[in-house]
Amino acid sequence: MKIFSLITVAAVFCASGAKAEPVAPSDVKFEDGAVVQSLTGIVGDPAEGREVFKGRKLGNCLACHVNADMPEESFHGEVGPEIAGVASRWEEAQLRAIVVNSKMVFEDTIMPSFYRDAGYTRPLEGFEGMTILTAQQVEDVISYLQTLKED
Amino acid sequence: MNIKALLAGITCFGVAGLAAHAGQDAKLSIDGEVLTTQAAAPAHTENLDEIYSGWLFRSGETQALQLDDFDNPGFVFVDQAIDEYSKVDGSAGKSCASCHENVEDFAGLRPTLPRVEGAELVSMEDLINNCRTERMGAEPWKWSGGKMTGMTALIGVQSRGLPMSVAIDGAAAPFWEKGKELYYKRVGQLDMSCSNCHEDNYNKMIRADHLSQGQINGFPTYRLKNAKLNSIHARFKGCMKNIRAQPFKEGGDEFKSLELYIASRAEGLAVETPSVRN
Ligand code: HEC
Ligand code: HEC
Ligand code: HEC
Repeated sequence: MKIFSLITVAAVFCASGAKAEPVAPSDVKFEDGAVVQSLTGIVGDPAEGREVFKGRKLGNCLACHVNADMPEESFHGEVGPEIAGVASRWEEAQLRAIVVNSKMVFEDTIMPSFYRDAGYTRPLEGFEGMTILTAQQVEDVISYLQTLKED
Repeated sequence: MNIKALLAGITCFGVAGLAAHAGQDAKLSIDGEVLTTQAAAPAHTENLDEIYSGWLFRSGETQALQLDDFDNPGFVFVDQAIDEYSKVDGSAGKSCASCHENVEDFAGLRPTLPRVEGAELVSMEDLINNCRTERMGAEPWKWSGGKMTGMTALIGVQSRGLPMSVAIDGAAAPFWEKGKELYYKRVGQLDMSCSNCHEDNYNKMIRADHLSQGQINGFPTYRLKNAKLNSIHARFKGCMKNIRAQPFKEGGDEFKSLELYIASRAEGLAVETPSVRN
């Protein structure tokens, strides 16, 4: 019994040790409005990214961006530009910069920074020191955005 | 004739600016009295040309509920407050009516609040609770509780139709400045200010919500969402939580300053309470 749990612990340790840690929010490198390095080293899943885009408790990107790819959703916000064809306007590394910290690309924008955990004033209890999305959710939504090309 | 047609054209153009969504050329007429829902922005509101009541941004069905006091669900609570008004409470054995015989005499008060008394900024809730604790020997009511919102609506409706007009100079100036600072300050994990939504983006949809200018001339407001009257500070609190910001305390200095500043942005709009919103 004891040996068994020891083995489990070792296995978990090795598994997580093998995977690279995600880049911490404060370590993300911006160069000319772009973030070249993946936050996780794992290619994002566009299907998951689609959920992040519309999920009210996830990215809730749909609150501000009309998305022609989601006709099944009744309410699309219009605070930001329509998202259709976004992959034809921005490179992957630029999209990563926009999602991680939009203010590095668009000065004074209303768009939240989805992978920033510090520098906030009066964050709600329970959200202190947290990012809105996880590193992998950011990669997922970027992969999803890359499917939205102008045709 | 030509000039008249031109002017008509200009007026239409002004309205068309807002009429992208349904219901915005509607008239708020209650019992034959037309309430002012649109006005030129006051000089101290630099970033807006026109100010609009939140009523204009609601759907036709929601708007309709405010056109007739019998249909307006907010009046259930005003009626309860009428009973409360003459109910004896506290160690002095008095009711509001013992000293304020006619509630109608409060006409003119709502549009001037909050105001400075001594070194403090006071909202209507403070005035009422002051009478309860100092003059009636009764417990204060909770800032956003049902008894308080009913009473502020009852006193407020005596001023329905009168233009909002708070004092912002003299002793009020420092409070107003503080409120303005809070209005433009980004807060919360979403890192937004009130102005990001209610000044920069009003008249746009944010998901299912049609953004208004966040005016407070309709408060307390009956919301279909929670089927009760909502205080100004409770609404501020809700907006802060939505952007994942730790709200200030209801009845505290921050919210009262913000209330003064936002009330000043509504200068000229009619008092509407109890208004109906979703
Ligand atoms: C509160 C509103 C808001 C939310 C929520 C929001 N955005 Fe934005 N977004 C904007 C605005 C406004 C702009 C335009 C930039 C500016 O401010 O000038 C923008 C721009 C963008 C752009 C560049 C678009 C282009 O065509 O140039 C992308 C990509 C983008 N957002 C992705 C996202 C994603 C992905 C999410 C969710 C994870 C999201 N946004 C959530 C408001 C928002
Ligand atoms: C013992 C008498 C007394 C009672 C009881 C009393 N008040 Fe007052 N109230 C006053 C006096 C005196 C003032 C200050 C003078 C004035 O403005 O009328 C005042 C002021 C007010 C004001 C501010 C009026 C203004 O124009 O500035 C409001 C609002 C008010 N009372 C509401 C209430 C309510 C609601 C109740 C019942 C919960 C109540 N009062 C009970 C005596 C009383
Ligand atoms: C993310 C956008 C957003 C931000 C930021 C925001 N609000 Fe709101 N607010 C809304 C929405 C959506 C509504 C409901 C629709 C409407 O009236 O705009 C609303 C409604 C209101 C109302 C009710 C208006 C009426 O007519 O009944 C007030 C008052 C208000 N907000 C004040 C504030 C204040 C004060 C702040 C800053 C502390 C703030 N809001 C920040 C989105 C926002």
